Amino acid sequence: MKKIKIGDLEKIREKARRTSSLRQNKARARITVHMGTCGIAAGARKILTALLDEVGQNNLDDVIVTTSGCAGLCSREPMATVEIEDEPPVKYVDLTNEKIKEILNEHIIKGNIVKEYALAIGSERTH
Amino acid sequence: MKEYRLHTLICAGTGCVACGALDVKEELEKEIVKQGLEDEVKVVTTGCQGFCERGPIVIVQPGDIFYQRVSKEDIPHLVEEHLLKGRPVKSLMYVPGPEKPPIPTMMDIGFFKHQRLLVLKNRGRLDPENIEEYIGFDGYRGLEKALAEMTPEEIIKEIKDSGLRGRGGAGFPTGLKWELCRKSPDEIKYIVCNGDEGDPGAFMDRSILEADPHAVIEGMIIGGKAIGAHKGFIYVRNEYPLAVKRLKIALSQAEEYGLLGKDILGTGFDFPIEVIQGAGAFVCGEETALLKSVEGKVGRPRPRPPYPTEKGLWGKPTNINNVETWANVPAIILRSAEWFSSIGTEKSKGTKIFSLVGKINNTGLVEVPMGITLREIVFDIGGGIADDEEFKGVQLGGPSGGILTEEHLDTSVDYESLTEAGAIMGSGGMVVLSENDCMVDTARYFLNFIQEESCGKCTPCRVGSKRMLEILDRIVEGRAEEDDLKKLKILAEKVKKYSLCGLGQTAPNPVLTTLRYFEDEYKAHIEEKRCPAKVCKNLFKYVITDRCTGCTFCVRNCPTDAIEGEVGNKHKIIQEDCTKCGTCLEVCPVDAVEAVDNE
Repeated sequence: MKKIKIGDLEKIREKARRTSSLRQNKARARITVHMGTCGIAAGARKILTALLDEVGQNNLDDVIVTTSGCAGLCSREPMATVEIEDEPPVKYVDLTNEKIKEILNEHIIKGNIVKEYALAIGSERTH
Repeated sequence: MKEYRLHTLICAGTGCVACGALDVKEELEKEIVKQGLEDEVKVVTTGCQGFCERGPIVIVQPGDIFYQRVSKEDIPHLVEEHLLKGRPVKSLMYVPGPEKPPIPTMMDIGFFKHQRLLVLKNRGRLDPENIEEYIGFDGYRGLEKALAEMTPEEIIKEIKDSGLRGRGGAGFPTGLKWELCRKSPDEIKYIVCNGDEGDPGAFMDRSILEADPHAVIEGMIIGGKAIGAHKGFIYVRNEYPLAVKRLKIALSQAEEYGLLGKDILGTGFDFPIEVIQGAGAFVCGEETALLKSVEGKVGRPRPRPPYPTEKGLWGKPTNINNVETWANVPAIILRSAEWFSSIGTEKSKGTKIFSLVGKINNTGLVEVPMGITLREIVFDIGGGIADDEEFKGVQLGGPSGGILTEEHLDTSVDYESLTEAGAIMGSGGMVVLSENDCMVDTARYFLNFIQEESCGKCTPCRVGSKRMLEILDRIVEGRAEEDDLKKLKILAEKVKKYSLCGLGQTAPNPVLTTLRYFEDEYKAHIEEKRCPAKVCKNLFKYVITDRCTGCTFCVRNCPTDAIEGEVGNKHKIIQEDCTKCGTCLEVCPVDAVEAVDNE
């Protein structure tokens, strides 16, 4: 390990930023993948993995990826709910790996709701 | 790179480790792999969360979900339900009382809600054995600022303006001490961290060292820069193995990163730190005795002045502060004196850590802002007295401190108010006593501790504490005579006045404060040979009342076969065989056993 100098600490801090944001609940957006038995059977595990890969590749340290139980609409699984600060939550249905990546890029990063995959806007809050 | 979506933080303080936290961790890691979550869920061991009563503790972030008394057997369900499916497990949450709903999040639990964490801010959120986690949470930023942007005088001014006072108990202004040491004319100066925590029931320094060792190290390097010292020593008791281990890991990591040792952060400032393991003598918490012990000599105090800031280690100016004091320094430098001094009272700034023990529901370690009342600590944070007993008093400051009563519950917790009430801030031991605690016995307990720990150098402490203990022994055993109370008072005053060091000077405090507030209890022991709390074994007896249903449960559980009786008939205790262990009282299903005064 090379000895660090004044200013180098910031780089290490940068690297650890996601760790600290997760533990301090500092988040701009939250994506909940519904992981009831029905969701898992419909492929929600794969959706979650793809989503986490995409979050990592985009260095999104202010986005929380979480899971919850069945959303109640088992026939349209896999499902995910996107919540952005001060905006109503949006529920997406019939997800695939490609769709969740698109939702991340369009909705979370650029702020445009992907209407063709959305079930409803402004459903019940989950937290 | 895939990101973790959940962090599970397992408390690995001494308390939780003793309750099996490491087994829980092992099981958790196994189960996470089994359910294929190892790339999504990170397992982190942290320092003590403070709520030792409820260990082992697991916190899931994000979400701040608090799980308590987690066992190995709970893990598969927890992993599947919460970590996989995102459904927090109610059965492992904290329940504040009978018929109340469980509380999911940490910050909604009374024990945590009323605390204010400055020193312990990292206790439950980072891995103390990983320097990068500390750096990630603003670690070493204060040091960077102190070395790059501030002169030693500016650092000292900042500490003085903050109003920080010594957390070891006496409350001497820290900035002033630094200034005195800086101005002592000598080329060689030393910095010492006093981690010789020895009060019965006190464990805040251990917890800081276990949970956030880098904060102490960072504070010391800043102090070294301010004072012009070029070496630091951390004196820790040998019976704190986990604290010593984490401290040594932290020191070697800091050195590896160039934050300690030669040419710190490339600024040309050299400052190494050495750990000294003490053998656990209480007197070594006294600064002059501690310095002797660091030098490798017998740890005995000497008269002051000269103070260590003039003549300390090997005759050189030495600045000695307590663990908690050092841990306060980085944040003050980083965030400003103004911020720090906005917390607390007029003369006592910042926070204080207390170890809350005794007859209290929520045993643990709490950090509170100065100026909070004892009532808030005991009832809002501590959750009140265990087993629905009545509050009787709170013992502050360990064997050097005093006992305060019901009438003091609204006293502000700051250096001046506590001293005025007859106790001391001390290092932060807080023992809560209930109606079933005998004040004479409590005073005797602390005096016995002092008497054993007296180093023997001066006569008032060595002989005086022994004679006082003999009188207290006579009182609790029912052999006391009329004038014993008078003798005890005279001795207490003399020991207080003529002892050499703080240990002896404060030794009579528990006796003096109990005499001040509970003299009637002493009189009951001496004049009526009666212990009102039914603690002193010679002064009461157990009897079985008519409520007895003759179930023979006590007969079978008595360890000395001192109860006779047949099924269906009222049982009887044979007094000469009874050792007053209280087992019958505990096991009786119909509360038929009572403690009564001797006839």
